[in-house]
Amino acid sequence: MTSLALKKVTKSFGAVDVIRGVDLDIAAGEFVVFVGPSGCGKSTLLRMIAGLEPITSGDLAVGGARMNEVAAARRGVAMVFQSYALYPHMNVYKNMSFGLETAKMPKPEIDTRVRKAADILQITHLLDRKPKQLSGGQRQRVAIGRAIVRDPKIFLFDEPLSNLDAELRVQTRVEIAKLHADIGATMIYVTHDQVEAMTLADRIVVLRAGVIEQHGSPLDIYNKPVNRFVAGFIGSPKMNFLSVAVAASQDDSVVLNLAGKQLTLPQPVPVGQGAPLTLGVRPEHIVAEGAGGVSPDGVSLGTFTVMHVERLGGQTIAYGNLDDRQTLTVALDGQRSIAAGDKLSVSIPAERCHLFGEDERRIGG
Amino acid sequence: MASMGDTSPDVGRFARLQDQLAGYGFLAPWLIGFFVLTLGPAVASFYLSLTDYSGLNAPHWVGAENYLRIATDDDRFWTAMNVTFTFVLLSVPLKLLFALGVAVALNKGLKGLSLFRAIFYLPSLVGGSVAIAVLWRQVFSGDGLLNQALNMLFGYEGPSWISNPSTSIYTLVLLAVWQFGSSMIIFLAGLRQIPKDMYEAASLDGASPARQFFKITLPLLTPVIFFNAVIITIDAFKAFTSAFIISDGTGGPIDSTLFYTLYLYQEAFTNFRFGYASALAWVLVVIIAFFTAMSFLSARYWVHYDD
Ligand SMILES: Nc1ncnc2c1ncn2[C@@H]1O[C@H](COP(=O)(O)OP(=O)(O)OP(=O)(O)O)[C@@H](O)[C@H]1O
Ligand SMILES: [Mg+2]
Repeated sequence: MTSLALKKVTKSFGAVDVIRGVDLDIAAGEFVVFVGPSGCGKSTLLRMIAGLEPITSGDLAVGGARMNEVAAARRGVAMVFQSYALYPHMNVYKNMSFGLETAKMPKPEIDTRVRKAADILQITHLLDRKPKQLSGGQRQRVAIGRAIVRDPKIFLFDEPLSNLDAELRVQTRVEIAKLHADIGATMIYVTHDQVEAMTLADRIVVLRAGVIEQHGSPLDIYNKPVNRFVAGFIGSPKMNFLSVAVAASQDDSVVLNLAGKQLTLPQPVPVGQGAPLTLGVRPEHIVAEGAGGVSPDGVSLGTFTVMHVERLGGQTIAYGNLDDRQTLTVALDGQRSIAAGDKLSVSIPAERCHLFGEDERRIGG
Repeated sequence: MASMGDTSPDVGRFARLQDQLAGYGFLAPWLIGFFVLTLGPAVASFYLSLTDYSGLNAPHWVGAENYLRIATDDDRFWTAMNVTFTFVLLSVPLKLLFALGVAVALNKGLKGLSLFRAIFYLPSLVGGSVAIAVLWRQVFSGDGLLNQALNMLFGYEGPSWISNPSTSIYTLVLLAVWQFGSSMIIFLAGLRQIPKDMYEAASLDGASPARQFFKITLPLLTPVIFFNAVIITIDAFKAFTSAFIISDGTGGPIDSTLFYTLYLYQEAFTNFRFGYASALAWVLVVIIAFFTAMSFLSARYWVHYDD
C-alpha cells in the first residue's frame, strides 16, 4: 500500500503534447479509475507511472520518493496489459515466476508465491499450460497473477477487460473489486467502460485531451459534473442537453425558456435575461405522464413526441423530441406500453436539473 | 448459382470441369517446367547413376557399382566430404550468428535503417556471382588487398591466403559469411514480429536487455532461426561457384577447396564420368535430405511455434 503523487506532469511526443499538466494525489490503498475518450492520454499517463514512457516534465512520486528516473522494475508497480502480454513460449507457471526468477528469489519462495496467487485466481489447474491453450478469461487471470506474485505496491490496469465478452467482463470486474478488498493495494485502472468506472472506483479521474477535467467519487461526478463534457461522458444513456434561454434572472431562482414554454428552477444564475444556457437532464430522471408515470411535482419540460422505443426489459428507453424539435432521450423504469408517435408530457424534479453556461461550465452547486 | 446446380446437375458438373481445366491451364507453365526441367532430369540422373555413361558412348548398366566405389574405393570422395563438412560446420553457424547480430543491431531503431539494410544486403545480391569470387581472389592472393593492408598497418608479410592449403578454405567460409544479407533480412522481419509489449512486460519484470534477448527474443525467434539454418545449410552443401573460381576449377591447392559439388563437376565434365557423377549427386541428395530431416526432428525440442 503506497501513495502516489503526480505534480505538473506533462508528456510530449515530439511536438505533440499528449499530457498537459496533470496534478493528482492518490492515497495508499485507493482504487482510482482513469476514464476519457479515446486518445485522451489515459494509457500514456499509466505508462508514465509504470516507467514504460519517460516523463517530459513534472514529478512522479511513489510513497513520497521521486521516481521519474527510476527503472520500471524498481518502482514497485505491476501492470496488467490490455493485450495481456503473456510470454507465449512459457507456461503459466513460468509466466508468473519470470519476474521473481529475474530478481533471483529463492526457488521455494517463488513456488509459494506462484501457488498462492494461482490459488487466489483459481488457475492452479492451468499452471502447466501455455497461453495459447487458455481462454481469454483465463489469460486475463494469468496476467493478473503475474502482477500479484510480485507483491507490488501499486497495480496498474490498462483496459484489462476489453477483450472479454460481456458476461466475463462482469464476473472479472467483481473479482478485481474483491482482489482490491483482499490485498488492499493501490490500484489505477484505465477503462472506456463507465460501468466499470462507476462500480470499481473509489475515485474517478475524467481526462480530456491530456488534462484532468474532474476527479471525485463516482456519485460526486454523476451528481455534480463540473462541465458539460464530464456530464455527457458519465452516465448511460447519455445526459440530454437542451438549449434554453434566460427569461428572467432572480436572486434565488431563474425562469428559462424551453420550447416555447417557461420553467422555473430554484437556483440563481450569474447571467442576465436572454443569455443562452444549456439545461442538462439525465434520461433516467425524467418522469413521463401518460405513460403510466406518477404525476410529476417537478418542472415540466413540455410535450415529448416518441420516435423510437427500445425495450430492455428492466427499462424502456424512448427517443424523440420536444415541440421545438430538440431531441430528448427518456429512460423509464420497467416495461411501458408506449410506441412511436405517442405524445407524453415530461417533467423532472428541479434538483435533478444541471445548468451549464456558455463556457460549458456547471452553474451553481 | 445453387439453384442452377440443383435443377441441372450436368451443367454444374461441366462448369466444375471447366474450372478445373482453367486451374490446370494456369498451372501449366509451372507443371511443364517441373516435369521437363526438374523431375525428368532427376529420374534420368538416377538411371545414369546406375550406368557407366561417359557422355560419348551409350550408357551400360552397372548396377550399384558406382555407389560401391564411392563408399569403398574413392579417396577424393572422402577429401571432398571432409572439405564440404568443414565448410558447412564453419560457415553455417558463423553466418547465422552474424546475420542475427546485425539484424538485432539494426532493429534497435537506428536512424537510416533502410540504408544500412540495403548496404548489408548488397553482398547477398552480388555475392554468389562470379565477379565477386574473382574479387575475392584479388583480396586474398599473395599481393592482394588484405596483405597490402597488413603490410601497411603492421609491416606483416602475409602469405597468399588462397594458395595456402591450410588457409584457403577459410577464405571461402569468409566469403559465404559475407553473404549474410538475405538471412539478416529474414531475421529482421522476425524481430519485427515480436510484440513490443513482450519487452515492456519483461522490463517491468526487471529483465535486463541481455536477459530479454535470451529469454524473450531468442525463443520467440526460433522459428526464423530454424528456417534460416535449414536454408543456409542446404546452400552450404551445394556451394560451388566460389570454390570453382578461386581454385580455377581444380579444388586446389592440393584439394583443400574441393567442395563436393566441385568434385562432382570434375568427374562429370573433366573426366567424363557422367554415370559416376550422377551417383555422387544422389549421395549428396541423401546427405542433404538426412540433415534436413534431422533438423525437422530436432525442431520440436527447441523451436517454439505460436500456433
Ligand atoms: N509513441 C507515440 N508517439 C506519438 N504519439 C503517441 C504515441 N503514443 C501515443 N501517442 C498519442 O498520444 C495520444 C494519447 O494516446 P493514449 O494511448 O494515451 O490514448 P488513450 O487515452 O489510452 O486512448 P484509448 O482509449 O484509445 O486507449 C494519442 O493521440 C496518441 O496518438
Ligand atoms: Mg489506451
